[in-house]
Amino acid sequence: MAKVKGAIVVDTVKCKGCGVCVVACPTQVIDLAKEVNGKGYHYAYMENPDACTGCSSCSIVCPDGVITVYRVKVEN
Amino acid sequence: MDIKDIIKPENLVYKKTELMTDNVLSYCPGCGHGTAHRIAMEVIEEMGLTEDTIGVAPVGCSVLAYDFMNIDMQQASHGRAPAVATGIIRTWPDKIVFTYQGDGDLAAIGTAETIHACNRGENIVIIFVNNGIYGMTGGQMAPTTLPNMKSSTSPFGRDVETMGAPLKMTELVALLPGTNFVTRHAVHSPGHVRKAKKALRKAFQNVKDKKGTQLIEIVSNCNSGWKMTPVDSNEWMVENMFPFYPLGDIKVDGKIVKELH
Amino acid sequence: MAELKLMKGNEAFGEALIREGVDGYFGYPITPQSEVIEYLMTELTHERTGMVTLQAESEIAAINMVYGAAASGKKSATSSSSPGISLKQEGISYLAGAELPCLMLNVVRGGPGLGTIQPSQADYFQATKGGGHGDYHMYVLAPASVQEMADFVEDGFDIAYKYKTPVMLLSDGVIGQMMEKVMIKEQKPRLTDQEIHEKHGDWATIGRIGGRERNIITSLYLKSDQMEEHNQKLQAKYKKMEEDDCRWEEIQTEDADYIIVAYGSSARISQKTIQLAREKGIKLGVLRPITLFPFPKKPISELANRVKGFLAVEMSAGQLVEDVRLTVNGKVKVEHFGRNGGIIPSPVEVLEAIEKLIKE
Repeated sequence: MAKVKGAIVVDTVKCKGCGVCVVACPTQVIDLAKEVNGKGYHYAYMENPDACTGCSSCSIVCPDGVITVYRVKVEN
Repeated sequence: MDIKDIIKPENLVYKKTELMTDNVLSYCPGCGHGTAHRIAMEVIEEMGLTEDTIGVAPVGCSVLAYDFMNIDMQQASHGRAPAVATGIIRTWPDKIVFTYQGDGDLAAIGTAETIHACNRGENIVIIFVNNGIYGMTGGQMAPTTLPNMKSSTSPFGRDVETMGAPLKMTELVALLPGTNFVTRHAVHSPGHVRKAKKALRKAFQNVKDKKGTQLIEIVSNCNSGWKMTPVDSNEWMVENMFPFYPLGDIKVDGKIVKELH
Repeated sequence: MAELKLMKGNEAFGEALIREGVDGYFGYPITPQSEVIEYLMTELTHERTGMVTLQAESEIAAINMVYGAAASGKKSATSSSSPGISLKQEGISYLAGAELPCLMLNVVRGGPGLGTIQPSQADYFQATKGGGHGDYHMYVLAPASVQEMADFVEDGFDIAYKYKTPVMLLSDGVIGQMMEKVMIKEQKPRLTDQEIHEKHGDWATIGRIGGRERNIITSLYLKSDQMEEHNQKLQAKYKKMEEDDCRWEEIQTEDADYIIVAYGSSARISQKTIQLAREKGIKLGVLRPITLFPFPKKPISELANRVKGFLAVEMSAGQLVEDVRLTVNGKVKVEHFGRNGGIIPSPVEVLEAIEKLIKE
């Protein structure tokens, strides 16, 4: 059975750490980093990358458009 | 599977549209304006309207919309975007013209321009972002501020006896014969963003088909003005704004589809 | 084909707009200029040339419609009278700030406030000094005949596009309402969409044709250095207008000892005063500013070197006289004669004012 695997790339320079993507993610992949970016924001990152399905929910709600999403089908 | 093997151009499923510039958005973290901008630009790109579209930016938080929307844009004076858009569409009837306005701009100072553009049925899309407050000037009461809601000019809450009741401009313009499609949406969750984008696509198709005025209200948050975290402000919006400003279509294809009260 | 017609000033302005190939007129009724929009509506401009005529919900909306059309490369115009022009000031400031070409007519009535519907020249300061907020000027033409109400439409648009600036015709109830014969120019074709792309595609917002970079129309410059640079650009434009496009008319000034400075209706009345004065042996001439901004400083300061005095005649309480005094700069005396509230001065009272100036 084919399974989907996803990954996101966050533009950590532009991310404002609002956390809207964190609550939007259906598989609890995203969290806000302990570190801050140049503007002092705790940027989003994949805390639990294995769970990402590449559904794009995070990027769809990201007000700053800083999330790029990739998705690949994996044959078991 | 290694992440590096997933992050490859051939596996790309979502990236910011080219019709959003690379400028850092001037909005506060979590503000719905950015999402509303992006889906509007996605629709224009997907419909192949880039060469025909002219946008009109308001005065308010989105005054700099032209810095972010990578299309031909005009910046209008406060509240006058529908009149500016009228000037464009009347002299370029085959272009696609939209305004992007906040609630202070559209529902207070620009009430006359909004109502009359809608009443004439100007063939334009009006994107109306309603967050119940004046964001840019620092959180003052707007015509859309909820009853008892606090703001810097209603510090003890909006007293409807002395300050008037919130104005539902969207319901109001739905009653005018010139409006063709009037609907209310939100952009705080993936499902709501998808629905809002679908409504925008319909609105832009309708002006392409010269059906008259399209008004898409987007109920949004103002976490800075409401003094909440972005996520809390979205929850507050669902609990407090949506009961007063219920989401959904109000007028479709020129027919009112909802009981108005 | 050019045609000789008998028309009201307001109608001549309207007909000239059509023949100039204007794309859009946006107006709102107000006395004494409602004939402009009435004429355009009656003429079915859209059928004649494709020109849009639209009655807006207010003067504010009308000027912003002009903004939208002008910003997308279309030739656009509006007209109003004093209280309505006050309402348009915000829009005019934006038009100047965003460097948009357009033409406006003010058929001035007496003020302040609702004032009177009778003719006046009391909007001189408002028209020449800016009117709205910020450091800007309009190019201001003052017609003194029905012929000039028509001719200045073409002249005004030429300047509007040359400098990318709003241009105002500062008229008054006399010129707007009176009928005279007028030679109307032949019809100019409106620019085609393709011609607009070619002529104005580098700045106008008409869509990113061919995938070009986006055009932006704005007057917002949040960074102070950019705002100052923009202001300096505007000021350079006004200086160039003064050097290259200042206009005036001199009537019997060659041998004059005394000069009346007057524009519009007042200039016409003052011409009769020349005749009355010369019958009495007073060598009087008239300098008529045709552009009120830029103000004809050069000829006035030259005259100031050889005449004995100036009289500013105006249907206002002492507005034009300030520019004359600034220009003459104390070389000879400068007095003011004005009537307000819709009273039109008679040539005889102007003569009396000249005689008083000579005696003092």
